[in-house]
Amino acid sequence: MSEERTDLLLQMEGITKRFPGVLALQNVSLRVARGEVHALVGENGAGKSTLIKILTGAYKRDSGTIIFDGRAVEFQSPQQAQANGLSTIYQEVNLVPFRSISENIFMGREPKRFGLIDWRRMNSEASTILARFGLHVDVTQPLMNLNVAIQQMVAIARAVSFQSKLVVMDEPTSSLDEHEVETLFDVIRQLKAEGVSVIFITHRLDELYAVCDQVTIMRDGRTVDNRSMQSITKLELVARMLGKDINEVRRAGQTGFGEAVHKAQGEVLTAEHLSRGRALQDASVSVRAGEIVGLAGLLGSGRTETARVIFGADAPQSGQVQIEGKPVKFDSPADAIRAGIGFCSEDRKTEGIVPYMSVRENLTLALLPHLARYGIVERDKQEQVVDQFIKRLGIKTAGPDQPIRELSGGNQQKVLLARWLALNPRLLILDEPTRGIDVGAKGEIQALIDELARGGLGVMMITSEIEELTEGCDRVVVLRDGRTVAELPHEEVSQAAIMAAMAHGAEAGESAVSEAAGKEGANG
Amino acid sequence: MANVSTPAPGTTRRLAVPDRWRSYIESYGALIGLIILFLYNVFFTNNFLTAQTLYVNLTQVATIAIVATGMTLVIATGGIDLSVGSLMAISGAIAPLIFLSQVGQGMNLAVTIPLSYLIAILITGAFGSFNGFLVAYGKIQPIIATLILYIAGRGIAQVLTNGNLQTFNNPVFQYIGMGRPAGVPFQVILMIVIVAIAAWVMRYTTFGRYVLAVGGNESAARLAGVPINRIKMAAYIISGLLSGIAGLIVIAINSSSDANLVGLNMELDAIAAVAVGGTPLTGGRATIIGTFIGALIMQLIRFTLLAHGIPDAAAMAVKAAIIVVAAMVQLRRQA
Amino acid sequence: MATATADIQQKSERASVGRWASIVQRQGVLIVLVLLIIFGALRYEGFLSPYNIASVLRYNSMFALIALGMTFVIMTGGIDLSVGAVAALASVVAALVSPNGLILGLLAGLAAGIIAGFINGWLVSRFRILPFIATLAMLLAARGIALILAKNTSVAVSYTSNFTTLGQGDFLSLPIPAILLVIAYIIGSIVLNFTSFGRHVLAVGGNEEAARLMGLPVENIKLAVYMLSGALSGLAGTILAAQFGAGQPLEGIGWELHAIASVVVGGTLLTGGVGSVWTSLVGALMLGLIFNLLNFENGRGVVSLSAYWQSVIRGLFLLIVVALQSRLTRSRET
Repeated sequence: MSEERTDLLLQMEGITKRFPGVLALQNVSLRVARGEVHALVGENGAGKSTLIKILTGAYKRDSGTIIFDGRAVEFQSPQQAQANGLSTIYQEVNLVPFRSISENIFMGREPKRFGLIDWRRMNSEASTILARFGLHVDVTQPLMNLNVAIQQMVAIARAVSFQSKLVVMDEPTSSLDEHEVETLFDVIRQLKAEGVSVIFITHRLDELYAVCDQVTIMRDGRTVDNRSMQSITKLELVARMLGKDINEVRRAGQTGFGEAVHKAQGEVLTAEHLSRGRALQDASVSVRAGEIVGLAGLLGSGRTETARVIFGADAPQSGQVQIEGKPVKFDSPADAIRAGIGFCSEDRKTEGIVPYMSVRENLTLALLPHLARYGIVERDKQEQVVDQFIKRLGIKTAGPDQPIRELSGGNQQKVLLARWLALNPRLLILDEPTRGIDVGAKGEIQALIDELARGGLGVMMITSEIEELTEGCDRVVVLRDGRTVAELPHEEVSQAAIMAAMAHGAEAGESAVSEAAGKEGANG
Repeated sequence: MANVSTPAPGTTRRLAVPDRWRSYIESYGALIGLIILFLYNVFFTNNFLTAQTLYVNLTQVATIAIVATGMTLVIATGGIDLSVGSLMAISGAIAPLIFLSQVGQGMNLAVTIPLSYLIAILITGAFGSFNGFLVAYGKIQPIIATLILYIAGRGIAQVLTNGNLQTFNNPVFQYIGMGRPAGVPFQVILMIVIVAIAAWVMRYTTFGRYVLAVGGNESAARLAGVPINRIKMAAYIISGLLSGIAGLIVIAINSSSDANLVGLNMELDAIAAVAVGGTPLTGGRATIIGTFIGALIMQLIRFTLLAHGIPDAAAMAVKAAIIVVAAMVQLRRQA
Repeated sequence: MATATADIQQKSERASVGRWASIVQRQGVLIVLVLLIIFGALRYEGFLSPYNIASVLRYNSMFALIALGMTFVIMTGGIDLSVGAVAALASVVAALVSPNGLILGLLAGLAAGIIAGFINGWLVSRFRILPFIATLAMLLAARGIALILAKNTSVAVSYTSNFTTLGQGDFLSLPIPAILLVIAYIIGSIVLNFTSFGRHVLAVGGNEEAARLMGLPVENIKLAVYMLSGALSGLAGTILAAQFGAGQPLEGIGWELHAIASVVVGGTLLTGGVGSVWTSLVGALMLGLIFNLLNFENGRGVVSLSAYWQSVIRGLFLLIVVALQSRLTRSRET
């Protein structure tokens, strides 16, 4: 599928990496030409980060070859890679915020005079380097005084000042606004003009087309495609990332969800025009009792932000939330919980489990006020609840006293689900409920969610798995750049429609849907 | 981008067995140390197994154990309280001020004594809430927040008493430090009651679980509806109240109150007891009994060395070694 | 690149708030110190007399030296609780060696401090023990060893050798401890501002992960700052012995927390990554001056504020500074 290209700067072939129990990369290849801006795309878990970490020496590969600048290399550390002309710009700017711009550029190799730092030379050289990118700032001010885009550029300037031949940018735009992104693109074009290659990782499709020449698509630890950017449409790109054929007919039974439509009752949640910062601009979603509403969108589309605002974890700047028709304003998650809402965060480790506490305590953490009399936890009641849920959800644990951190991801997730189910909520918000969970447990959790909705619970499910949307959800709300761009009723939920809305947004969505539908019809 | 951050289930389970085994040693390490120390003394220290010796040790450990109990709660929430010694000085200054005042002496002693105790402890509790407020709502680092009262607190006690020694001689007023119901020193009983209540609270109440949840994973606790700010406030208030009680014990034993000396260095002793007892300073885990054992270990080391003619000073060096060992054991556990 | 320029202009408003904040943070304490001095000079006779200035400097030089070492430790994001005990240990060691003269006495005191600092740094950087715990252990150990060496009492220094000059002598009619203080701060300031080491200290405290990725020797930098703190504590202890004519194993209790207070009042963030050495000097002098002013006030006999008010006032200063800092850092985050 890839045409022959000459003058390759980087050639990674047959890269395989195994973590205990997981095959993270399987025979992956990545080829980057000199002066090329190369996009590396894929959904979560595709293996992009692992691949980059192997390239920069943060991880060791199990097999495969890396040829960089004509030599076979195996970098031992990111520092060594940098010394050899390969720099990485991380998503979180890895600089020292309190220090000046020039210091950040020259940290570790400060120009000296008589053994002391030559500030004047350092500042003037820093200014020169930044001027190359058309950036004229006071290099003596602390980095943190600048916006993230400029900080990114300082990081790039640092990389370039190491005579880098290849700069890896790992989601550099995730915290930039449109103007800032444009500035960054100018810098990338400048690098390209100077013959520097760039590997660009992003989840924003428009950016790929704006700046990239070539794209490598990864999925599930494999390279699935590698071709020139012009030769692939957005829709195709999304389909390849998700591992779907746009013409693929919907097949049932890939998930644990049942097939029938749930019986929806009155509205539990109505959230309208929520906004918060740049990530969330105008999101609306509603959920009725007894239905599963999918919240779709690529990473960074504002799905999690929507959930957090509804749950009272973050305060919205504008917008309105109603629970069963009554307007509510939650100051904290505790308020939302009292109103009958539960929220399973996407990040189990940092926002879900309390690692050193037992399964029992984790399971009943939100329920405690109901289990206690005069602040004393009624142990019998607690045991009863815990036993009941361990049985009902099939949680595999050595016992309720086992610390939760010792459980597998799937079982941790079940405990967290049980944490909310025990409260008997009317609305359950699930953020990527099956991420990082092995296949068996995944199916069980999907079946459980299905069963809960049948029992009358309103479920709002954020997921990146398209099957979960098509098979599990009664309705799918699609977000893009922090806005609700489409709401697909059950009849219209299809992979093609969802992907089209994710890729193009509302206005383009219509035509794409009809286009895809036409194809589907033609194929059927 | 957390693509491979979740270890496979197999790995987790494989690690579980040695993990637990190790955690047994770690949870009981302090107890084993205490037993060894105890047995050593039984065999090699004359007159160790007498009520007298036992009481001496328990009497000396009481104030540290009480303060360290509050410190354990604070540390469990991920904080630290440097102000405990100064708060002891404050309660130690206030109670005799009220008791010895003209108004105090004019009233019935049955009113004056409880009143002076109560006010002293309530005031240290209020200072505790000041610490808690700075930490919970002011989002100030606990070290700095409590450093303020560490410095100012002793000054307040000194200002209140003008730096003068307050002396008194009243068995009822000093009952907290001198009383011997059934021959057992009262502060020992008080210590056991406080430790027992705290251990019970940590084990059986909502509050205890919330404390561990806040220290263990603050954002998860918040999303689970735990009132994190109120929990932090409460921990610092309890630490303040217990420091107040400890201050009263000290002045009762001494029959005098010297604001310059009451509770001096207590913050370090208490933190050391907590660390040796197996509560990590990073929060999220706590063992009240462990802290109690930690305090006993520190006391027994001092006693053992003294009984064998080794000066107090050497005991400090030994204590230092024990703190380092305890910290290393904990690090092992986290790894 | 018009967009970038516009962006920068937009941000410069925000930056100016940051700059204003840092001026208050950096210079605020200096302004307060100057105001305190003006207040004292106007109100009290003899406040600006050479004698008073010399004695304030002579006495406070010990605290200021310790605060200097603490500043470096805190800039890496660490803390050193052992400084007071290490100073006491050094005072005993120096006193014991003092019959051999000033130089050997001084070297012995310094060596004691550096060894203690090395152990601290080793525990923190190689064993990854929390600085709080590692230096707490050192506090106990140093105090214990000091007591053992001193046989539980203070150790008189030799008056026949020239050792006491270090604490009591003058050079060009300036107290020697004050001269040492100024030299130490000048060197400290040069190290912080003009050597790679100084900048790397700030980088480690500002973002340890980034420092590591930038290839800085993070562990060695940490080791070095604890050794520096130990050395300065050793110097302070030696001055203590020379000034008061005895090695004092029980001196220095609570110095660590007062040193931390000086550093924090000076505007160095306890989270690391930001700091200046001069503000710590100003912070230490300001806290010391509160005591001096109280003495003068009481000397006037109009109001009698006991010397004990100094702690209360120091605490209040700390509260104000901390409250201000937390507001500033928070306004910066948004």
